[in-house]
Amino acid sequence: MKNTWLPMCVLLSSLLPGLIIFLLSEEARRTRTVLNLTAAATKLLLTAAMAWGVFQGRQYETRVSFFPNADLVLRADSFSLLFITLSAVLWFVTTIYAVGYLEGTGHRSRFFGFFSLCVASTMGIALAGNLLTFFLFYEMLTLSTYPLVIHRGTKEALRAGNVYLRYTLSGATLLLAGVVLLYTLAGTVEFTERGALSAVSGHRTELVVAFGLLIGGLAVKAALVPFHGWLPVAMVAPAPVSALLHAVAVVKAGAFGITRVIYDVYGVYLVHDLGVTRPLAVVAAITILYGSLKALQQGDLKRRLAYSTVSQVAYIVLGISIFGTVSTIGGLVHLVHQGVMKITLFFCAGNYAEELHLHRVKELRGVGRRMPLTTAAFTIAALGMIGIPPVAGFITKWYLGIGALEANEPWLVVVLLVSSLLNAGYFLPIVYSAWFQAPREDWKPSTRPRGWEIGWALLFPTVVTAVLSVAAGLFAGAELSPLGWTRLITDREFRP
Amino acid sequence: MTGASALMAWPVIIPLLGAVLALLVGRPAVRLIAGVTSVATLSASAVLAWEVAHRGVLRQSIGGWGVPLGIEWRADGLAVLMLLTIALVGSLTSVHALDHLPDREDREFLPLWLLVWCALNALVLSADAFNLYVTLELTTLGAVALIAVRRDLPGLDGGLRYLLFALPGSLCYLLGIALLYGAYAALDVGLLAERVQPGPVTWVAAALVTVGLCLKTPLFPLHVWLPPTYAGAPTPVTALLSALISKGSYYVLFRLWMEVFAPVMDAQVAQLLGLLGAAAVIWGSLLALLQSQLKRVVAYSSVAQIGYMFLVFPMATEDARAGAIYLVVSHAAAKASMFVAVGNIHQAVGITALGGVQGLAGRMPFTFLALGLGGISLIGIPPSGGFIAKWLLLNASIATGQWWWGVVLLVGSLLSAAYVFRILRGSFLPLPEGVTVRAIPLGNELAPFALALIALVLGLVPWFPLDLLAVGAAR
Repeated sequence: MKNTWLPMCVLLSSLLPGLIIFLLSEEARRTRTVLNLTAAATKLLLTAAMAWGVFQGRQYETRVSFFPNADLVLRADSFSLLFITLSAVLWFVTTIYAVGYLEGTGHRSRFFGFFSLCVASTMGIALAGNLLTFFLFYEMLTLSTYPLVIHRGTKEALRAGNVYLRYTLSGATLLLAGVVLLYTLAGTVEFTERGALSAVSGHRTELVVAFGLLIGGLAVKAALVPFHGWLPVAMVAPAPVSALLHAVAVVKAGAFGITRVIYDVYGVYLVHDLGVTRPLAVVAAITILYGSLKALQQGDLKRRLAYSTVSQVAYIVLGISIFGTVSTIGGLVHLVHQGVMKITLFFCAGNYAEELHLHRVKELRGVGRRMPLTTAAFTIAALGMIGIPPVAGFITKWYLGIGALEANEPWLVVVLLVSSLLNAGYFLPIVYSAWFQAPREDWKPSTRPRGWEIGWALLFPTVVTAVLSVAAGLFAGAELSPLGWTRLITDREFRP
Repeated sequence: MTGASALMAWPVIIPLLGAVLALLVGRPAVRLIAGVTSVATLSASAVLAWEVAHRGVLRQSIGGWGVPLGIEWRADGLAVLMLLTIALVGSLTSVHALDHLPDREDREFLPLWLLVWCALNALVLSADAFNLYVTLELTTLGAVALIAVRRDLPGLDGGLRYLLFALPGSLCYLLGIALLYGAYAALDVGLLAERVQPGPVTWVAAALVTVGLCLKTPLFPLHVWLPPTYAGAPTPVTALLSALISKGSYYVLFRLWMEVFAPVMDAQVAQLLGLLGAAAVIWGSLLALLQSQLKRVVAYSSVAQIGYMFLVFPMATEDARAGAIYLVVSHAAAKASMFVAVGNIHQAVGITALGGVQGLAGRMPFTFLALGLGGISLIGIPPSGGFIAKWLLLNASIATGQWWWGVVLLVGSLLSAAYVFRILRGSFLPLPEGVTVRAIPLGNELAPFALALIALVLGLVPWFPLDLLAVGAAR
């Protein structure tokens, strides 16, 4: 028996609060915060309930009729839950962070309204049961992040917004063309394990063209080279937005979509047969190296993190485009691992900027003594990104490497190694100078009581996500760890 | 003339009575009459739509004279959907107009608008080519008076431009149907559809009818009257012109082309119409991008949106037809909402330039929500009626193998995104120094929002209008 209301509730738990927040006055600070946190907590509970159900094999599906011959479908399968859980957990901590970060600035009702809509769209993307539903929420995500990107209302922010829209709307156009092409070819394309199109015979050219359009469209949000240009520019957004954009919402929506297309629309066997994954793997490899090289050149901390995201998200795409279970596990699990680690890094960057107005990499000398917890969190996440055990990033790289060998693509191991070296090249100097060099100038003394390095609303989320990054690596063997869950998904996808 | 068929008369009679009453009673009861007439016509249209949805196509002969001599009315799904659109969009826009226009003008505005409403409803229900001509003329004349209702120079100039294009348009149309009548001795659309044969007479007649209606709608390159007229007319009138009145002539063209001409015309001609539509999409969008006046941006956007509606002719599948009509309906709601919102902005800050929106979003949230939602529908981003229309037309373009129309659609929507966000992004900037914002009555703020909600709802429950549209649609 199917549970028909829970997926809808998960979606509404951030959609409704978002709409209510728009109606609140700017001064209703307490009401807004309580509403935000209640909603985030409710979503966590609902997600946990649903995850347990899916683990036990229960089915969750909300279906409403849309067109005369097409439905809107929200369905929770194991893969959606991977993404939903990530979003629900990170949304909760980011909300706390954002409340602290935006304290005393203007337009907060607008900000939190769109913030919730952004999360609601992400939920919709995760739960979408067919391509049409996916596309609806994918567009809604673009629209709800745009006001967040230009939130500060400066000339620079508006320009970043323009760049963001130019990229994402062009991407959405390609995606729509692909969706319509598949729709006329095969009717409503429902996401099914092992691929809905695997039953379609012939039409090879159309299938390849549609694949190109779909992946091209999704690659914009996933920031694959050459469609990555918007991501570093969008850095003008407030820190919590960057954190969310990079860890959960936008880039992950792209990577999630690519995964859906390969596994649940085409099916691994069909894409392998069409020979379209190899070019994708090459693009991903180029992106990994290019992103790392660019990151190395950036003097601005947030921009360096942005290019690092370009590179790290491509790991996900690389993993899923190599044929084989091991590499798939590596790619999918990085969806979670990269999210947790990257959000930590952005929280840290936000903390440095908020407390000491540090924006450039050079200015971080000796910051470890002044802000030890933040710097420790930064260190953990940075080591994870490089791939040092026991932080989560190691698990990813291990699986990707083994997967590449298993698929007989040894050149990819070289790519992974070079990329890790480059990661070390742009993260380790920061870690080193933060801990071991003396500060260049004297910072104004802290005014906070009892030696707090920064307000708890900013510190708590940072520490939590850093701990999660280690925990995901340490307890990777557990059945309900990200890795364990990914094995579950992969088993279902590859079952012949 | 019994039972359900008699219902068809009410949507025409009520606004006519309202117009007469508004003329006689005048100022004191203008609002009351406007309210009662709007609600009554809306209810009559809704009841008729309900009947059609449940019983199928209704027919009625006025005065008991049937085909081929008398006047026939026919209500199918397409007709009642148009009735509902006119009623909803028209009443919200006109209610706003009464608050927006100064006293003297709304005394004249209301009877004129109700007359146009009556003519549009009659047009939508007409089943013969001559009756279509008469109602189209009534609409045009009423529209000219509405454009000039303020009696200022831009309005008079705009009205005159419109008249100079619409009158030759009517003449062309009349000549066309005269030819058809001479050749086939029929005016009823159904009879014409049975009798027309391919041949020079039919081709010339079709060309005249098409050119005439394209002049009024207007289709690129006959659109030159549109921007100055739309810019010169009072803003609520512009909303009515763009949302409803221009759709009247398109509706006639759609009906005649799909039911009468399509089977006997060369496919090349349909391609030509599509090509002009595509040119309109590109040209209108590019010019919208270049405008510095807010109202002109929205006006040029209408040129582009009308262009989309002509892409239906070369494709002409069931999906394409549904898509075109869906665009007519959602464009009516979205564009009316945007024009009315622009009117609010003018009223609040007295700036007509594009920069006038700066910093206003916080002061007039509903107006800007309307601009945003309306803009999303114009671009065709979900959830909006515009997206559904785009989806249906895209599907048709791929299903018929004419993918180039799909490319036009997609390029057009990117261009429209460029001009829509050019308007919207300014609202995130801080309010400039020295600008005073006059308060806008809440009702004026809610009218465009309600219109935009219609465009939104069209994108959320598309099965309802699509099911209705399928009643009596030609397969």
